[in-house]
Amino acid sequence: MLPNINVVSLVSVGRHPQSGRARRAEQDGRAVELGLNLAGNTLTVVHAGNAQEPVLRQYAGMGLPSLTVLAQESDCDALPALVSFLKDKHIDVVLTGVRAESGESSGMLPYLLAEQLGWPLVPRVAEILNIKEGEAEVLLALPRGQRRAVIVKLPFIASVDNAAQEARQTAFGPGLRADFKVLTLERVVDEAASQWQINIAKPRPKRLKVVKAKTAADRMKAATAKPVGGGGKIMKDETAAEKAQAIFDLLLEEKVVR
Amino acid sequence: MSHFSSKDSSLDNLLRRDPRTEWIARNRLHPLHSSVVSAGQGEVRGSSGLLRKNPHVIGFIGPNGIKRIDRANLSSAGLNSKKRTGEAKETQRPLHIVENPDAYIMVVADMIGGRLTSHDKDILGLAHQLVAEGNQNTAVVLVCFGESKETQFDLAGVDRLIHLSADEFEGFAPEVRVAALIQIETQYRPEHWLFPDSVHGGSDLASRLAAKLGERPAAQAWQVTASTTTSRGASGSQDIRRETPRILMLMEECANAIEDTRHQVLPLDLSEEFIVPSGSCLLDKGQIEVDSNAVPLAEAEFILSAGNGIHNWDQFHSAAAALGATEGASRVAVDDGFMPRSRQVGASGTWVTARVYLAVGISGAIQHMQGIGQCDKVVAINTDAGCDMVKRADLAVIADSEAILEELTKLAQQYSLSKSQEEKSDAA
Ligand SMILES: Cc1cc2nc3c(=O)[nH]c(=O)nc-3n(C[C@H](O)[C@H](O)[C@H](O)COP(=O)(O)OP(=O)(O)OC[C@H]3O[C@@H](n4cnc5c(N)ncnc54)[C@H](O)[C@@H]3O)c2cc1C
Repeated sequence: MLPNINVVSLVSVGRHPQSGRARRAEQDGRAVELGLNLAGNTLTVVHAGNAQEPVLRQYAGMGLPSLTVLAQESDCDALPALVSFLKDKHIDVVLTGVRAESGESSGMLPYLLAEQLGWPLVPRVAEILNIKEGEAEVLLALPRGQRRAVIVKLPFIASVDNAAQEARQTAFGPGLRADFKVLTLERVVDEAASQWQINIAKPRPKRLKVVKAKTAADRMKAATAKPVGGGGKIMKDETAAEKAQAIFDLLLEEKVVR
Repeated sequence: MSHFSSKDSSLDNLLRRDPRTEWIARNRLHPLHSSVVSAGQGEVRGSSGLLRKNPHVIGFIGPNGIKRIDRANLSSAGLNSKKRTGEAKETQRPLHIVENPDAYIMVVADMIGGRLTSHDKDILGLAHQLVAEGNQNTAVVLVCFGESKETQFDLAGVDRLIHLSADEFEGFAPEVRVAALIQIETQYRPEHWLFPDSVHGGSDLASRLAAKLGERPAAQAWQVTASTTTSRGASGSQDIRRETPRILMLMEECANAIEDTRHQVLPLDLSEEFIVPSGSCLLDKGQIEVDSNAVPLAEAEFILSAGNGIHNWDQFHSAAAALGATEGASRVAVDDGFMPRSRQVGASGTWVTARVYLAVGISGAIQHMQGIGQCDKVVAINTDAGCDMVKRADLAVIADSEAILEELTKLAQQYSLSKSQEEKSDAA
């Protein structure tokens, strides 16, 4: 835990992938977990939406003494309220999920916040290693389990990847007892979104492998032939050192050996 | 002959009647009758206009005296020349030319490992669909950052190319990249910006650009026409239909890649020199080493895989550690107890997606090959030059596994040593 830094985690209402029921969102839970590890009890957790939402108690049950709710209707845009809440406070780190599990799920919120506040943004954070002297060293989650270290100036916004530490269990009783601070700030209705047509997702058609062959003989060949690579290079008579060097050069060229 | 007919295939569809030859063809007593019929015009029309085929003139007499009918036209010009025409046909896709385009569609590619991914190619295909629906005189521009090893931009549908390869775009440099995109935006005002909605940086860049330009993008779009876009929302459980925005983040398989045209790939320049924005708040410290064996096998980028041709297992493990490769194995190696079951690659193991797959002493049984179908580069080390793995491999080394692994380990250790020395001298 690091002393004297102000961390805010933004949380939303998640959606269970199978049952579709409201739940603690996967990445937002991780954002709270990361925030608790950084700031302990001084962590501020903020939700823009309905203060009566029962799911918020699940976040509170992670050991939060209180939770801030910026009250607004479900058709409102969360951004203006969050901006006016975060502005002019001495905040060092804002943690969000990468993509919400409900609503548009565009993942734009952290970017728009960063743009409006003029702070840097680090996407898909797996871990925050340390924060000192106005800078933080963070690990970004790259595809294929890789990590990248980045140093970012405070204050900054980070979206938390699924590779971050899993959210702790929530306790029902403490969740119920947590104190909710309900603030009423700007409410701006999301006009553009009200024009959209929203339906239940249609399954996407699978792409079929179409063989473009003119004759039956070609089609037969395409269906039965073993897939062969485009005739690679074969090294037979060189010395072992030369062969190994050739392999190593390929590995370097493909940048898998660093 | 076949060359001629393929060239004129469009004319073939157009039926031109020559009444005189038709008449001669009908009249078996005409002195020119046989020459007209055997001229191979193919079409002989009866008096009612019906197509008449003479079964006696089809085919030829084979060497053993039996009549052969060759409908696939395989032997018509001999095997050699046929192969050549086949190859020539592949390179002869018609060239799609855009001169002095009025508008642009920008596609910003992921270019993993310096090559267009299938996702990138699908998006280029989508860009051409949008062009076909709207103003035809629109150029599809590919914007790519960093080093490029791609040689087939023309076949993927790139009309114009903006290649930003300077050092400052390498690695994790979203701020610099976005600054370059903004400059492109002010200079060309493209109709659309298309990005892959991927974890490889596509959606990050798109979101940054959209936030900077103050435009509302559509994320996870999968059905896009010039007027409407359908995208997934609420973690994939809803379809949102809206007017097509200027900035789109597209899912995989959103359209078909370009298949039958060639494109110009002309370089497109930025009018002003690109100035790297100062005061960046992000500093890239590079990728850090992760425990390569903790990476799930299915996701690993570089796999060193062992088969029945490995006899020194300690050496294999140390080679994998030195190269920083994730370990894989064939079923035989697993069944013999040298590797855990979770390391098995293949039909009854894990289907891997590695970019580089280094197979040591693996013969390449079909059950194993199925598991490595998605790998980009396969390298084989084997004593048997005729085995299937060598046929599949991009680079095959015919040698004893132990000798090669020893050399490879040495090379890897030397490389990391020289690198750490460099770093030390840099720091000093
Ligand atoms: C239902 C079913 C499912 C299966 N599923 C899988 C699966 O998921 N994954 C899988 O891998 N297999 C699977 N198999 C087994 C598969 O058919 C093969 O038996 C197996 O892949 C062969 O493994 P191998 O290539 O390591 O061994 P081998 O076929 O014995 O090949 C060994 C190779 O090493 C070479 N070699 C020998 N000595 C050396 C040396 N000193 N240096 C260099 N090279 C040397 C040899 O030339 C040979 O090419 C399955 C089989 C069945 C029936």
